Amino acid sequence: MSPSEVIGFAPGGEETVTIYERSQSGRRAFVPPPLDVPETPLSELIPASERRAEPPALPEVSEPEIVRHFNNLSKKNFDLDTGFYPLGSCTMKHNPKVNERVAALAGHARLHPAQEAKYAQGALELMFRLQGALAEVAGLPHVSLQPSAGSHGELAGLLLTRAYHDDRGDKRTKVLTPDTAHGTNPATVRMAGYEVVKVGTAEDGGVDLDDLRAKADEEVACLMLTNPNTLGLFDRNITEIARIVHEVGATLYYDGANLNAVMGISRPGDMGFDIVHYNLHKTFSQPHGGGGPGSGPIAVSDRIEPYLPRPQIVEVDSGNGAAPVYDLDFVRPKSIGRLRGFQGNFGVFVRSYAYICSLGGDGLREASDMAVLNANYLRARLAEPGLAEHLPIAFDRACMHEFVVSGTGAKRNLGVKTLDIAKRLLDHRVHPPTVYFPLLVDEAMLIEPTETEPKERLDGFVDALRAVLEEAAEDPQIAQGAPYTTPVRRLDEAGAARRPVVRQPPAGQEPPGDPDDARQVTTGKV
Amino acid sequence: MAAEQTYPDDLLYHDEHDWARLEGEEGTFGITWFAQDSLGEVVFFDPPEVGTTISKDQPYAEVESVKAVSDVVAPMSGEIVAVNEALGDEPAAVNDDPYGEGWMVRVRLTDPTERDQLLDARAYEKLVQES
Repeated sequence: MSPSEVIGFAPGGEETVTIYERSQSGRRAFVPPPLDVPETPLSELIPASERRAEPPALPEVSEPEIVRHFNNLSKKNFDLDTGFYPLGSCTMKHNPKVNERVAALAGHARLHPAQEAKYAQGALELMFRLQGALAEVAGLPHVSLQPSAGSHGELAGLLLTRAYHDDRGDKRTKVLTPDTAHGTNPATVRMAGYEVVKVGTAEDGGVDLDDLRAKADEEVACLMLTNPNTLGLFDRNITEIARIVHEVGATLYYDGANLNAVMGISRPGDMGFDIVHYNLHKTFSQPHGGGGPGSGPIAVSDRIEPYLPRPQIVEVDSGNGAAPVYDLDFVRPKSIGRLRGFQGNFGVFVRSYAYICSLGGDGLREASDMAVLNANYLRARLAEPGLAEHLPIAFDRACMHEFVVSGTGAKRNLGVKTLDIAKRLLDHRVHPPTVYFPLLVDEAMLIEPTETEPKERLDGFVDALRAVLEEAAEDPQIAQGAPYTTPVRRLDEAGAARRPVVRQPPAGQEPPGDPDDARQVTTGKV
Repeated sequence: MAAEQTYPDDLLYHDEHDWARLEGEEGTFGITWFAQDSLGEVVFFDPPEVGTTISKDQPYAEVESVKAVSDVVAPMSGEIVAVNEALGDEPAAVNDDPYGEGWMVRVRLTDPTERDQLLDARAYEKLVQES
């Protein structure tokens, strides 16, 4: 199969190819004017050891073809600006357009990351103020903006935990994660060199306290917890959980994936958490999905502060009543070090700061209130006859910003699985909820409407679900074969997992056919 | 093409959706039709090494499907005498033929009386229908 066959056709659209396949030798989008200054040979500017032997294989395409290429691609995408996107755990809220306007200001967009601190005072002040706002939301005083994704924030949190214990001469080997945790939690534990110990879930959907007591001992470095958890349930025993964890000398880590439920209402720091990560791309409205850019800042308590990544942004009083200046503090002897080059994804900071400023403290609280209200409205509507018997609510109590239904009823009664329902929803112009997560609910569907959806959209989603289920009662094969109206139909997920081809072969070469070859491609230089 | 739902009479079943075929002092283990159907298409099978001791009710291997990575639980205790190497190349055999080509390990049983705690096909099928 050629790559274009794999990618397929959009209904009524152009064949989908990559920009490299559109390349024609010698074609240009821009021709620079003749040089009006003396030319300096490249060899005088860059030493031979740093120069490449051959020019890079960049696509050569004219401007109209570039515009058409990306415009057509964008039309094949399903995104938040196209329709409802209740992807649980991902907080696909509307990203206000004012954020884009602010981020595009030349002083933000064109600032070079290597600029010296004294010439980047505005940027540093923005980051410092963003840190302050985030600290207030978390109820923890010290923030680092360096981690560039939620998972990166998790790793930072466990490296901080390790540094904290090591500094006290305390060797610990295990980290506890509930069985409702995001998969990144146990992965982070392993990456940080700890052993994963799973903690069970009680009848009410919270942490099983007896299991926690049994597993919390002096070997435990940390408990990683998401509250509200991935079932959308606030753990009412959080102060007792914090007490148990702290009693054995471990740290308590807050996975901020679900922070959108509690902004301005309850603060992780007040619940007893030592370390928090935020997902700016979820809670604070950075456009996301498809790989970034993300941002996963962390906030910590006083006892963890000495180990924060360096450099830290500091505000220095310039005396004589003049405005303070901002600087980067590299002198942090106990720091876990740098987590990335430069200071982070600055454009995300600008958008999140704009979001926080435009909503204000009361607005953030209202956003969380609405997120919880919308989720509970949907939960109540899905309890209606015709829906509840096929998609029962997994833990039927008031939820926070998201909730889980189980497709076991639909599977048994109608012969369609959660996956089939999800695929058929695409034909109703709805992005499906998260499916098959959390793992402890069979045929799970995790629904998070977010605060930015009006009631009509929520009702439209219920109508779409009802239509899918009623149709399946007549003929399950329709859902089993869905989707029908998308640029691609069912994807070969097993093939993608077993034989990932992540690099297009150079022009004139066939894509690898042998699975072993394909796997080599994934480790090759991209 | 995925297999039809069946639970053969000659097998014994563990409530974690594993089956055992007993032949003298040895048993062959795998996962049931229900288990593979719940997992979705299997993309990797991570077998234990021959010689490993496994315990009833404890995980002895991992399967990865397009949905998740799951533990495979031992229906009985024993020592691994063979693993199904073919699943390395064709893990989807677990979906296509869960009781045949999709077998996972062969085990020398250390406590054959454990069979009394397993379910027969009818009891297991009832369990599946109620879940």
